[in-house]
Amino acid sequence: MDTQLYLDLYYQMVLIRLVEEAAAQLYQQGKIGGFLHLYIGQEAVSTGLISARQPQDRVITAYRDHGVAINVGIPAKEVLAELLGKATGVSKGKGGSMHLADVQRNFWGGHAIVGAHLPIAAGLALGDQYQGKDAVTICMFGDGATNIGFFHEALNLSKVWNLPVLWVCENNQYGMGTAVERASAVDEIRQKALGYDMPNSRVDGMDVLAVRQAALEVLEKIRAGSGPHLMEIVTYRYRGHSMGDPERYRQAEEVKRWQENDPIGIYRRYLEGQAIASADDLDAIDRRVEQEVAEAVRFAEESPEPPPEALFEHIYAE
Amino acid sequence: MARITYREAISKALWEEMEQDPSVFILGEEVGVWGGTYAVTKGFYDHFGPKRVMDTPIAEATIVGAAIGAALTGLRPVAELMTINFAFAAMDHIVNQAAKLRYMFGGQFTLPLVIRTVSGGGRQLGATHSQTPDVIFAHFPGLKVVAPGTPEDAKGLLKAAIRSDDPILFIEHATLYQTRGEVPDEDYVIPIGKSKIQRPGRDVTIVTYSKMLELSLKAADQLAKEGIEVEIVDLRSLRPLDMQPVLQSFKKTNRAVIVEEGWRSYGVGSEVAARIYEEAFDYVDAPIQRVAQKETPLPYNRTLEQMALPQVEDIVRAVKEVL
Repeated sequence: MDTQLYLDLYYQMVLIRLVEEAAAQLYQQGKIGGFLHLYIGQEAVSTGLISARQPQDRVITAYRDHGVAINVGIPAKEVLAELLGKATGVSKGKGGSMHLADVQRNFWGGHAIVGAHLPIAAGLALGDQYQGKDAVTICMFGDGATNIGFFHEALNLSKVWNLPVLWVCENNQYGMGTAVERASAVDEIRQKALGYDMPNSRVDGMDVLAVRQAALEVLEKIRAGSGPHLMEIVTYRYRGHSMGDPERYRQAEEVKRWQENDPIGIYRRYLEGQAIASADDLDAIDRRVEQEVAEAVRFAEESPEPPPEALFEHIYAE
Repeated sequence: MARITYREAISKALWEEMEQDPSVFILGEEVGVWGGTYAVTKGFYDHFGPKRVMDTPIAEATIVGAAIGAALTGLRPVAELMTINFAFAAMDHIVNQAAKLRYMFGGQFTLPLVIRTVSGGGRQLGATHSQTPDVIFAHFPGLKVVAPGTPEDAKGLLKAAIRSDDPILFIEHATLYQTRGEVPDEDYVIPIGKSKIQRPGRDVTIVTYSKMLELSLKAADQLAKEGIEVEIVDLRSLRPLDMQPVLQSFKKTNRAVIVEEGWRSYGVGSEVAARIYEEAFDYVDAPIQRVAQKETPLPYNRTLEQMALPQVEDIVRAVKEVL
């Protein structure tokens, strides 16, 4: 792996973190409406995963989608503009935080009904298989989604039809406020693949390089025709499920323990320890990101509202 | 012109579109090896092969969900839900996904998707298998709901639906499959969202669609013997709802009966009547009548079931009521 890629992974994780912190602030200022689900703590998951994809690989995720949006290359300003409901947002202000997508970047959303995008992901993979394309669909979802029927229907279908899908469960320990062991019959989500005779794995989601390596290996196998795989990535969100979460379901101690294992901190120490980058190099990236996010916030705030006629646009193609 | 059944018309539309366009494929329960539970896709599996005629698990949400995903990749899937009663298991994907993805992502997504399904009662299948809940699906902007009542319309509308870039719920009727009608031999499409006068008349306007068109035509024959000439407007699609021919007819007859197989409450009749009152109030000579299913789950017993479903006599009586 060349130095530039190492630094780029660091840059992306810091960018996600600062975009999310800016979003939290904008939310508290009343500039973001609706729900806001932050990705802070989980940055290594989508950063590692998406760094392993080929451009033809489709990505689809749930509503905690800001990190993925950044990783697929949507400019921070278009993400923040969407959060503010502006016409310049990636979904023209009509989707909001939970519905970011960018078809040009092969990013198919941002889906807010738990588990409902899994059958759609199976269909994306079916479309590629039907057309003989060399593409894998990467479908991300939370641990909570593995308890709903859509998950089981979609995993079963993907195995029966040998679809090129990488199912990625981001196990952040809680489905909203309900701990995994209180909602799921098995603690290790990857075990759910066994009922579908599907290859599976469990990866440390606080280690961006571990995620990247695991994804590279599995994507290669799926591309070669091995069929679907369920990858559980163990991670943790530092913030509440969404803004305004009273967090009665967990202790501050637990959050602190995970924060000591911070994905950005671990990676920074690794880069310095391996002499891949100096503290100065990384500080320079931090400053660059701070500036980029400040500009993105300004762009989003100064962007125009959608025009009234946008209300009736895009209901139908014909 | 050939005189063929509603089933043959639908089957031909599918066959011809699949022959013309390799991006069209079928997926659903028993559509392949079995040949379709209503035999619409009989012979398709042998001709087109398993890649284009895909038997699925019994998993409606995933049938529709996978069809949505495949449509997003540029294919033209025709998903079959064995009956509309099973569409409830796919409700999220029909009304929360298919109907919204384009809008919600600012026009980035295009869904050239057809969901074929079968509605209607009258075959003693019990309460869960006999419903006509078409109107529920018509409630959602973003989805189009088409429900033909004749073989000619079935073929032309299905071909239009398959060629359309929008998600369309195509509702066939379980007891129309044997109905015969004249169908043009050539390749034709009927634009979606256009109501049609199926029988001209001067005295009363009947607004209806699907199976109830058949009953309304019978009622019209009976009434004609008594010198009453009804004009029948077939909606053919519930969304978009084309009110122009309805209003035109109503402004001539000043009287209307709306006939649907589903329940009366919150039904097609409610919507059409409201629009007539809103847009043609000055032309109203009598309160608009609605003929619809009795407000019960449909019973198994044949006599009770027929009591619950609208009958020709109910239509005749309603027409006389408005005169």
